[in-house]
Amino acid sequence: MSDTYDLDAFGRRHIGTTRDDQRLMLATLGYDSLDALVDAAVPSAIQMREVISSSIPEAATERQALAELRALADDNTVRTSMIGLGYFGTITPAVIQRNVLENPSWYTAYTPYQPEISQGRLEAMLNFQTMVADLTGLDTANASMLDEGTAVVEGMLLARRASKAKTSRFVVDADALPQTLALLRSRAEAVGIELAELPLAETDPAELGECFGVFVQYPGASGRIWDPSAVFEAVHAGGGLAVAAADLLAMTLVTPPGELGADVAVGTSQRFGVPMGFGGPHAGFMAVRKGLERQLPGRLVGVSQDAAGHPAYRLSLQAREQHIRREKATSNICTAQVLLAVMASMYAVYHGPRGLRAIAARTAGMASALADLLADLGQTVVHDAYFDTIRVVVPGTADRVVERARELGVHLWAADEATVQVSVDETTTFDELHLVTRAFGGPEERGAVAIGATAIPDALGRTTAYLEHPVFNTHHSETAMMRYLKLLGDRDYALDRGMIPLGSCTMKLNAATEMQAVTWPEFANLHPFAPVADVVGSLALIEQLESWLAEVTGYDTVSLQPNAGSQGELAGLLAIRGYHRANGEPERTVCLIPSSAHGTNAASAVLAGMRVVVVACDDRGNVDLDDLRAKIDANAAEIAALMITYPSTHGVYEHDVIDITQAVHDAGGQVYVDGANLNALLGTARFGDFGGDVSHLNLHKTFCIPHGGGGPGVGPVAAKAHLAPYLPGHPMAQRADHRELVHGGGPVSAAPYGSPSILPISWAYIRMMGSEGLREATAAAVLAANYVAERLRDHYPVLYTGDNGLVAHECIIDVRPLTQATGVTVDDVAKRLIDYGFHAPTMSFPVAGTLMVEPTESEDLAELERFVEAMIAIKAEADAVGRGEFPADDNPLRNAPHTAESIAVGEWTHPYSREQAVFPVHSLVRTKYWPPVRRVDQAYGDRNLVCACPPVEAFA
Amino acid sequence: MTDLNDLKYTSDHEWVLIDEDPAEGVDAGGVVVGITAYAADKLGDVVFLELPEVGTAVAAGEVVGEIESTKSVGELISPVDGTVTEVNERAVEEPELLNSDPFGDGWLIKVMVAEVPGDLLSLEQYREVTGE
Repeated sequence: MSDTYDLDAFGRRHIGTTRDDQRLMLATLGYDSLDALVDAAVPSAIQMREVISSSIPEAATERQALAELRALADDNTVRTSMIGLGYFGTITPAVIQRNVLENPSWYTAYTPYQPEISQGRLEAMLNFQTMVADLTGLDTANASMLDEGTAVVEGMLLARRASKAKTSRFVVDADALPQTLALLRSRAEAVGIELAELPLAETDPAELGECFGVFVQYPGASGRIWDPSAVFEAVHAGGGLAVAAADLLAMTLVTPPGELGADVAVGTSQRFGVPMGFGGPHAGFMAVRKGLERQLPGRLVGVSQDAAGHPAYRLSLQAREQHIRREKATSNICTAQVLLAVMASMYAVYHGPRGLRAIAARTAGMASALADLLADLGQTVVHDAYFDTIRVVVPGTADRVVERARELGVHLWAADEATVQVSVDETTTFDELHLVTRAFGGPEERGAVAIGATAIPDALGRTTAYLEHPVFNTHHSETAMMRYLKLLGDRDYALDRGMIPLGSCTMKLNAATEMQAVTWPEFANLHPFAPVADVVGSLALIEQLESWLAEVTGYDTVSLQPNAGSQGELAGLLAIRGYHRANGEPERTVCLIPSSAHGTNAASAVLAGMRVVVVACDDRGNVDLDDLRAKIDANAAEIAALMITYPSTHGVYEHDVIDITQAVHDAGGQVYVDGANLNALLGTARFGDFGGDVSHLNLHKTFCIPHGGGGPGVGPVAAKAHLAPYLPGHPMAQRADHRELVHGGGPVSAAPYGSPSILPISWAYIRMMGSEGLREATAAAVLAANYVAERLRDHYPVLYTGDNGLVAHECIIDVRPLTQATGVTVDDVAKRLIDYGFHAPTMSFPVAGTLMVEPTESEDLAELERFVEAMIAIKAEADAVGRGEFPADDNPLRNAPHTAESIAVGEWTHPYSREQAVFPVHSLVRTKYWPPVRRVDQAYGDRNLVCACPPVEAFA
Repeated sequence: MTDLNDLKYTSDHEWVLIDEDPAEGVDAGGVVVGITAYAADKLGDVVFLELPEVGTAVAAGEVVGEIESTKSVGELISPVDGTVTEVNERAVEEPELLNSDPFGDGWLIKVMVAEVPGDLLSLEQYREVTGE
């Protein structure tokens, strides 16, 4: 590793520790170089050999990388999209783009597991939930879903869980979005659900047949609005549930599904100010009627109270999530799309109910104006009742019409060879309507056009109010909006304040240069089903990123389609399933999972139609080889896969990993390596080299996509060539092949390439680091973790270590002995860290009563030292409790975190000073982060579930 | 205060009160089922209960309900074969009763049984299971 000072090198900006820092840290550990440390930590059997011909170019500077991204962007052609199908043009209010999407206070925050330091985005998510519940006419909405297609799948699974009907049949309206139908087909098959696709608007409800649920697109994919309440009633009579995908903008004018009898509403909030981005990311949503709250997948924000009795927001019902319930979880979905949900909710906050209604009325009026223009031309418009989308019959000439429109700068959609579909949105202009009429053979001269009356039938007009809460009726000037966003952002602790040392989450730098291209119109304003000729630049970027990711993991092919790690897992397991079935071994359904694994592994396995068999770990935290062999023997012919995380979830490079993968291969199984901890491996070892057949990666961990406060994520699936035919494909993909290999499986995301608008972030990271830089980053991350472990070892035990007593990129600090000796719990330590100006490490995962610390390569030595000193000081405070100097129930730890109010208002009665409460380290006087609430009562919130905005008086 | 010696236990941390009315005999009797203080303590703050409906036929070893805390979701496993005759609605409304009075007001279900299984544990045997 070179030692010269390169002014323009990005690596030195990304890696927080300087060479001098590293020398000091290495000396503490007794190593003389980073290479020596990595050699000692990573088992030699898996250390990678040099890649002979790398596809990853030498590291670019920030300016060079931006210039190359600019060239890729220029290879895209942005035409006006009127394709619709769940993706619409939208105007992102600039105040939201600048203050949310481009603001690190929002995009660098983590999932709000520590509610006391997450009140800002929790409020924004509660606004989102309130908005969705109001607009869909249902009682409780969750904090967003990955996209509309997967939300429909989750709706189907929810219906099966909650239904009393004893059947595996699910009825689906044929007029659903084509990508949704494709997703339903592939996902239903894996879990033994039989789909019945029927044209429900023309089907007698009495003829539906037995089913556990029904799905209706509302309005339909063809734009048609019809009343599905008779269908819902018939399904209810048979014990089934009704699921509807609703367009949020249409719901401002149309009777919402909740009022028509739907139990579940799903959809996407994309058109609320979130650019199409060639498919994502956007916030999907799900809302349910009362009584189904506990069946909701994903995350749910609720209102509880803090130690002072003030209202405080938090994530509710976390015990039902897959990280705890494993194979019994409601879903494998961990994450939400928080950043995008925040944007969509703020769009509603900014416009308010009147504004949204006006946008909807204009959109619907433009659509009916277009229908009139086309009718005047003698064209046949199929449906009379619609919101924003019209279908036109053009026997045999659909492709010609679409091509003519494209030449004029507008994308339409050929539903089949005789039908063209046109969707209007809030950006549509009269000039664009004129271009559409020209594509259908209308005159070049533009005549007079006026916005028409909507084509929504009176019987289905919305009569109920929505968004009446003051938050949607207050911040309508830009000044007010800017200040509201600042107010909320300031309540939260994100990477722009300090280190977030969350183990297994890799909260590294999200560099400003990496973020630049996300909002460029050439990437932001593409429809996911735009023709291949218009998306050349994006496809080139995707292909490069795929090949780089394949190279660094030792695999042959990569799919970027999964839009979260959990979906990458599912895609990988579905590929394994497809492979065994193609080989005539459908009985291979057993998925071996070590007891130390993240719960999502087990939840994903179930959704891939597999049966989980748990493999024990030994007392050093490694997979117990004897137990593995016993479990293999006991299930010999049924072994489908082993899922193993490397380095392990215990943060250790397991020495025997090759023996483990070999044992599974010998039994005819496939090896799934979970890439959660790839940041400990890049440039030093590759999954594909030590036995992995397939893996998912987390671009939001290892490859710098920001966590967004709890999403977006990207979870690419990488595999050996033999699994390529079963990796996720997509009926609307511009290209089926990924270099030479075709991905032929069913889709796992709504869009062919998942969330492409954030892929330039990871592309830029790899481009600016180069292979050597990635290896240096890994080494610096391993050094930082071992340094923290070494510095804390005298104060807290470090739970697991591997070769030479070293950890990988994270370390588990055992708080249990301290709890036993002093009564101070891991919660107390985590909350006290807030008073010291830190985000707590990962709490009680993978071992209850411990903290897992992952400093990443991006923190500098001063920040690492500040953290170490805080942990040591907290230990001293706990010891004082143990010695009886403070009562067990009244001490600086148990009362943490301390708000400004708690030390300033009323009489101070605690046995420690106010100064010790909030300035335990003197430097905090100038740098203090003030938590807005005291410790949040978890039980109160779960017992008294409130998941919508509380009345303003609650905060009086 | 319930005398813990009067109860039987399972290794799934449930207790069973057998109504040994001398006039009726066990054969005609019902049993009361709850979770032990040890289980309630391990679960932490209980926030939600899902219990079987009255009239449900249950089998020993079968999952018949859920006990959700802020930390995890535990399963209620029926210790006996029989039919549910009563469900503790008060505990459904106030799940914190499982923490404050697990052997009393925090009971869960009453089951009419034909026969009490022979493999239930005594207090002493149960304490060996928990190591307390």
